[in-house]
Amino acid sequence: MAKLSKSEKKLAKKEKRANETRGAKWTRRGFIGVGAVAGLAVGGALVVGVAIRPGDRTDELAGSVTEGDEQLLTMWVKIAPDNTVTAIIPHGEMGQGVHTALSAMLAEEMEANWDEMEIMEAPAEKGFANFVLAREMLMGQKIPNLLFDTANGLMLAAVKGMNMQITGGSLSVRSTGVGGMLTAGAAAKELLLKAAAKQWDVPLKELRAEQSYIYHDGTNKSAPFAEFAKVAATMKPNLHPVLKKRSDYKLVGESLPRVDIPSKVDGTAQFGIDAEIEGMKYATVMASPVHGESIVRVESEEAKAMPGVISIHNMGDYVGVVAEGYWQAKQALDWLDVEFTTSDASALSQEQLFAQYADSLDNGEREIVHKAGNVATGAEGAAKIIEAEYSVPYLAHACMEPMNATVWVRDGKADIWCGTQNPLGTRMAVAKAMELDPENVTLHTVFMGGGFGRRATTDYALQAAALSKASGHPIKLIWSREETTQQDIYRPAVLSRFKAAVDEDGMPLTWESVFNHKGEPKEASDVIYAIPNKKVEVVDSPSHTRLGPWRSVDHTQHGYFTESFIEELAHAAGKDGYEYRRALLKDKPRFLKVLDAAAKLGKWGEALPDGQARGISIVESFGTICAQVVTADTTEGEPRVLHVACAADPGLAVNPDGFEAQMQSGIIYGLTAALYGEISIEDGAVSQSNFHDYEILRMDRAPKIDTVILTSEARIGGGGEPGTPPIAPALANAVFNATGRRVRNLPMRDLGGAAS
Amino acid sequence: MVQLKINGQPTKLDVDPNTPLLWAVREQAGLTGTKFGCGIALCGACTMHVDGQPVRSCSTFVSEAEGLDVTTIEGIGNPDGTLHAVQEAWIKHQVPQCGYCQSGQIMSAVALLRDTPNPTDEDINEAMAGNICRCGMYDRIRAAIKTAAKGV
Repeated sequence: MAKLSKSEKKLAKKEKRANETRGAKWTRRGFIGVGAVAGLAVGGALVVGVAIRPGDRTDELAGSVTEGDEQLLTMWVKIAPDNTVTAIIPHGEMGQGVHTALSAMLAEEMEANWDEMEIMEAPAEKGFANFVLAREMLMGQKIPNLLFDTANGLMLAAVKGMNMQITGGSLSVRSTGVGGMLTAGAAAKELLLKAAAKQWDVPLKELRAEQSYIYHDGTNKSAPFAEFAKVAATMKPNLHPVLKKRSDYKLVGESLPRVDIPSKVDGTAQFGIDAEIEGMKYATVMASPVHGESIVRVESEEAKAMPGVISIHNMGDYVGVVAEGYWQAKQALDWLDVEFTTSDASALSQEQLFAQYADSLDNGEREIVHKAGNVATGAEGAAKIIEAEYSVPYLAHACMEPMNATVWVRDGKADIWCGTQNPLGTRMAVAKAMELDPENVTLHTVFMGGGFGRRATTDYALQAAALSKASGHPIKLIWSREETTQQDIYRPAVLSRFKAAVDEDGMPLTWESVFNHKGEPKEASDVIYAIPNKKVEVVDSPSHTRLGPWRSVDHTQHGYFTESFIEELAHAAGKDGYEYRRALLKDKPRFLKVLDAAAKLGKWGEALPDGQARGISIVESFGTICAQVVTADTTEGEPRVLHVACAADPGLAVNPDGFEAQMQSGIIYGLTAALYGEISIEDGAVSQSNFHDYEILRMDRAPKIDTVILTSEARIGGGGEPGTPPIAPALANAVFNATGRRVRNLPMRDLGGAAS
Repeated sequence: MVQLKINGQPTKLDVDPNTPLLWAVREQAGLTGTKFGCGIALCGACTMHVDGQPVRSCSTFVSEAEGLDVTTIEGIGNPDGTLHAVQEAWIKHQVPQCGYCQSGQIMSAVALLRDTPNPTDEDINEAMAGNICRCGMYDRIRAAIKTAAKGV
């Protein structure tokens, strides 16, 4: 029988305590305690912009996360009288292991006892807004814009006001961790040492911190951190403490067991859908299947009389049923006769949308995204011109946990429980919609049953708030799987045309591409290869369908396009895809190492049975370079991936096992899209509704995945997303190598239909 | 009124007999470890055991469980309060990511090992293909089942 190690048991206990605390907020008694958070002042110059900088402290923030004698030392750490160090994590947990990784980073620099450390997710306060993320965005670095769809144009104000507390863009570790937790930990340690030096009247340099204690070896003195917390909290923290060298790390770079896992195997983990408050009623909704339309008429007499139904609400662009239970609400919703407005969009089909994109590519106004040299003169004397057109469809996120939120609006205040990648934006949006002071709106953070970009918007929380207000009850709103599929914010459908001029050796002289949909991050559409002349352009071709960030954002489509087209050039040159890439990456040693590692792990070049082949690809996204070699079998109608070899260089993997899990996850997520993923529009509405027509890769088709993690001196890169972009092109290249058929349109479920 | 046993406790639920077992257990019995995923038995997130057999509780009437033993994730541990070997293997292999599907995965895995103590890859595929993991932790689920098999 599998036995738990001592540290695993400790972890289980730790997470249980965290869950109990989380659970306690949902009781009546807990409610009063949490009210203190809502009573705090937010906004105003003092908080905005200063708050997240490591070392800065404000009374408002201190009050929101400390109780009694606990002292808040820096933004992300507090020390209790019993010497428990609590890491305050400003990001949501959606399975990426961020609570573990970030707290380990804090403990590393602070020299805190990680086994005794507690973890607390930061409340949705402006001070916890992701200043690091905002700063990177404003400075135009490689950060996707995840806030675009926050309600009522909040986005601009949010970015300007640093009102951001986003989990996304693979940012938690690489921005908050590197920019915040390490610095916060070092600053906290420095404060404690200074306080100890003062209290013991000994020179600072003779003191050392270890396992949450401070030692003065000369006098044999030692005392827990907590003893110096009060004095330390009165001192001014150093904004630029000396950080450890990577080679001195003891926790960072170790595969620490994730703290959230024990509660996820015994049913005690609390997700948004598990929130429970006294007097709560259940609701479910249906919005216009054609996005953007509104309700003309709701016939609800019969549904109103159904058992358990409390009220039915015409909310303008959606209808909501409030009942004693979800099932009763859903039964009544299905019984409703609802008529929606129609417009030109109501007749649109997916074919028409792609025809519109093609027309925009032909005739639309082009904007240059990337440019080097001159593609016109560069193509002079070319041996050959190669052209191709690629497309990808809309994709839904299909989080396992359907969208849901529990909101109680009453007496000039509101409480929100929901899994969100954007807690602060949700809180602000609800405050605005309910015409409440944001001070009186509290967001209780819970686990997310999948995020992948979907939970960056505020739509479901706003609906729950509106229904609570309209019905007068605390409301748990649960979307059906059908509503979750049809009211998603989709990965854009994209058409992209490529043209390259090659010399006699088949090496590219020019690279041109044009595509619809200008998104984030900008570098996604660029090519990593040494090509002297390039021009990448985008056209605008909007439609009524709601779009949003999908795991790896624009890298998902552009990674597929560019890594497929470069393979077409390799094939035209009569060269091996791996060697062709090597030649074009010869001045990029970090890329070469990753490519070579994947090729080695994937046994590139070794013989395979008939009908099987390998394919390779490499994509850099969110600061991490990831190459994959797919081994696929094409003897059935649908390609079967047998093995994926994945090599990645994130600079340094803070938690290698967690990073590997992210690679595995990103690959399966991308493979589902490559094989099955397609949301299509018919009569203006999404055709798909549930897992029978929006299929997800299952155990019986899941490949074995091997991962090798490379370490470099590069800045720490992301983990959640970089595994996704390379898988579709690696598979498409494997299919080509096995069958000679080039897959230029996804998904590729049916090779006969997809290949050309 | 429907009478059944949930995790060994005789329970009376005041619900419409046509209510899916999932919602009766989550909302009336207050056991929220079992999750709602699709509502039409396609994803496995709602898997419970009824008289030891895994069922998709979103598509099972509560009346179908009348008088029977229902086991949920909350009741799958050992009688002495320790975790089931499958749960321990899940921790050892660090299986869950978001964790939302894992109650259902574990319930399916426990049922598999009860019937097939030493499952082959094919047995695992067959028993587990009904459970979707959107975080794609299939490699780890497979490894954890094999570890648990040694301990069951």
